[in-house]
Amino acid sequence: MNALDLAKQLQAKFGDVLSEPAEFRGEITIQLANAERIAEVCEFAKKELGFDYLVDISSLDNYGEDPRWTVVYHLRCLANGCELRLKTGVSEEKSELPTVIGVWRTANWHEREIYDMMGIRFRGHPDLRRILMWEGYPYFPLRKDFPLAGKPTVVPEVAFTKTAPLEGGPFVTAPGGKDAIEREPRVRTPEK
Amino acid sequence: MPARSEIGYDSKIEGDFIVTRIDAALNWFRKNSLWPMPMGLACCAIELMAAGASRFDISRFGSEVMRFSPRQSDVMIVAGTVTYKMATAVKRIYDQMAEPKWVIAMGACASTGGMYRSYSVLQGVDNIIPVYVYVAGCPPRPEALLDALIKLQNQVQHEPLLATLKKA
Repeated sequence: MNALDLAKQLQAKFGDVLSEPAEFRGEITIQLANAERIAEVCEFAKKELGFDYLVDISSLDNYGEDPRWTVVYHLRCLANGCELRLKTGVSEEKSELPTVIGVWRTANWHEREIYDMMGIRFRGHPDLRRILMWEGYPYFPLRKDFPLAGKPTVVPEVAFTKTAPLEGGPFVTAPGGKDAIEREPRVRTPEK
Repeated sequence: MPARSEIGYDSKIEGDFIVTRIDAALNWFRKNSLWPMPMGLACCAIELMAAGASRFDISRFGSEVMRFSPRQSDVMIVAGTVTYKMATAVKRIYDQMAEPKWVIAMGACASTGGMYRSYSVLQGVDNIIPVYVYVAGCPPRPEALLDALIKLQNQVQHEPLLATLKKA
């Protein structure tokens, strides 16, 4: 039983919302069209297909596109080592999808981290607090429209932040330039 | 004894007593027993531990007594990245340390924020507490920390202790 077979079984069960399994360099990815059904799909993947380990949940900010958020679930079957990646889009207006804590309890902190960094809420989460930043921090710092240097904030008695000096930075590479000076500029002003 | 030392003692000339100035003597007591508060926050703390272990042996300089209580420590060694979330805790621990107290900023992150030019990292621990010695490196080798400790000892030796005590 390999990951592709399991993905096909999952797709046969939820054919109306799941895309064909895409294989890239031996890794299988399935796109879920309706984020509202993520818990249901995950439940089946765990109970019937043996994906008993949730490796990670991560999120992407496709800034300027719709849906803005992509939430990525990495599933693993410990018995036979199969891995499966589940992706689902969430629109910016909604910014909410069901929690999968009912399936894997480890999802608790993963979902808190995504809420903390991206501001995507997980409906049904029993304890949706910030996990890395502190309560009262007003921004979601991994969003693409949040500046790398940060923004000044203060929560009295808890923490403060200031804007980091970025003289000459950030030293990020720009792909596609014709020479090294263009690809790796000394100074690149971040787009506003 | 180096020429600029304020304590010179020659038993052939002076016999069984020593003549010195009181603040030179007090500073001499202080500088050879700087108990560190190990504020280990990131990978620099590993080098700090190495400095405390047998190969580099910080006890040669009287600083082997790592105190995890701010009440019992003299020098805070800030070893690692100070995040904004940790900054208030670092400040509070510094405030809890009894006078006299000194601070060594160990490594690029503690000194300036290092490579972390970002929303989450304090850009140098000197934004919240006074730093006496900065150590370059990412992380600095234990020798660099020992050098910083010796530099701090020289600073302590030359503090106008009595003058400041009288003022207070």
